[in-house]
Amino acid sequence: MSIYDFIFYLFAAITIVSGLMVVSSGNIVRSAFYLLATLFGISGLYVLLGADFVAVTQIMVYIGGILILLLFGVMLTSDITHIEIKKGKVAVLPAVVGVGVLLGSITSIMMKTNWKIELSKIQQTTTYDLGKLLITDYVLIFELLGILLLIAMIGAASMARRDDK
Amino acid sequence: MQNYISEITGSDIIAFVLGTVPPLAFMVVFTLFAVWLERKVSAHMQDRLGPMRVGWHGSLQTLADFLKLLQKEDIVASATDKALFNIAPYLVFVGTFLAYAMLPFTSIYIGSNADVGIFFVLAVSGFVVAGLLMAGWGSNNKYSLYGAMRSAAQIVSYEIPTALIVLTMIMVYGSMSLNDISVQQAGFIWDWGIFGGALTGIAKFLIIPFMLIAFIILFISSLAETNRTPFDLPESESELVAGFSTEYSGVKFAMFFLAEFANMFLVSSILVVFFFGGYQSPIGYLGHLLGIDWLVPIEQTFWFIAKGLFFVFVQMWLRWTLPRVRVDQLMAICWKYLIPYAFFNLLIVGLILLI
Repeated sequence: MSIYDFIFYLFAAITIVSGLMVVSSGNIVRSAFYLLATLFGISGLYVLLGADFVAVTQIMVYIGGILILLLFGVMLTSDITHIEIKKGKVAVLPAVVGVGVLLGSITSIMMKTNWKIELSKIQQTTTYDLGKLLITDYVLIFELLGILLLIAMIGAASMARRDDK
Repeated sequence: MQNYISEITGSDIIAFVLGTVPPLAFMVVFTLFAVWLERKVSAHMQDRLGPMRVGWHGSLQTLADFLKLLQKEDIVASATDKALFNIAPYLVFVGTFLAYAMLPFTSIYIGSNADVGIFFVLAVSGFVVAGLLMAGWGSNNKYSLYGAMRSAAQIVSYEIPTALIVLTMIMVYGSMSLNDISVQQAGFIWDWGIFGGALTGIAKFLIIPFMLIAFIILFISSLAETNRTPFDLPESESELVAGFSTEYSGVKFAMFFLAEFANMFLVSSILVVFFFGGYQSPIGYLGHLLGIDWLVPIEQTFWFIAKGLFFVFVQMWLRWTLPRVRVDQLMAICWKYLIPYAFFNLLIVGLILLI
């Protein structure tokens, strides 16, 4: 077993175990912190796939941005304002069906993808090519996503300011 | 570095482990020195002497303090969330230590010469924020929680001007690898980033004022990201006891301390790499002059650490010069001034690079 196999199983175990803990933990703040480990494990798997830029973006966006906001929300609502957050099992059957469909589609994509398994074919770095694709082939999607985010930001700002009047 | 050790020892695992030792050793030695320097600088600025008893001018004082911290009882209050409380200091430390992987101390030693470089450094600071929130929550103490919240809000806000300036720098150098950026500033002092770097012709002169603006913005936001005065609201002693580290004692407190000082050097070295030539010497190398090749990396390490220490000194100098800002002022500086300036700087530098 080479060291890369060991690292792969380590990250896979981190992702799966902490993912299970996120959904089974009774403490909402603990759940949020387990999510940190899950997201970290996923970014480790991206590194092993040779997707360096995606891996770092995963950490930057999910851990540095979304998880921190999530923690803020959870900490401020459950401890300071004393609002009870609903815990426990909610709508188990639809959740199982939804996750099952997701699992099936991910597995089929995994089977159909033509993976590059030779080291020489794997790109050393992906940043340059990703950047080029984003401003050529996928420029419309890129711009539309930018507009979507702008709309979300304006919406959030207007909702936060409503109390002033 | 890893490849080199791997060739000698014949094992990837040993190479990976040994490759992490130099930054760790540097962090510990640097922290011992920087704590002493901080106390001396603050003392001399207030017309005091500071520690004088242990060693020459108190130079071994931090070592003595460190030994004392190791022996202290590890107090864990009964109402804390034990797991989170215990993990938090290590998460903060790991977040800082991960970023050291990308620092080019010389042209031959760099923890990881990954192409994502500076982007990775920005990203892993997310672990530090998560660790601080974890410490604040786990302590189950309102001062700790306030400190952690302030700290997280501050770091997340100031990440935006930092990211904009880093984007500008990536445009100027065309690379995210800190080693590549340092290589591009080879030569003499006028080849440094702040004097236009490797650009030629009129662009080199046009870009100088905007590099200066970028430097000032990055310096201010790096002060805020390391929670240094004038932005030390997260642990403002006069109102929050000690912020997120209130409940910590012994080795765990030492971990926060280590991470804080290591972070000071980290942001200083990022400034050095972007604007002051990284490990490049301003006056040429003695090794090249005498024809001794192995002298060059030693000189490069010297210049890198010397420049880094200079900015660490400036941070300490500011701490004893400026008063602390208010929370609203803190956010106004970031959102109303730094972000628009950084954004226009990005646009103008882009235009200059097109000429």
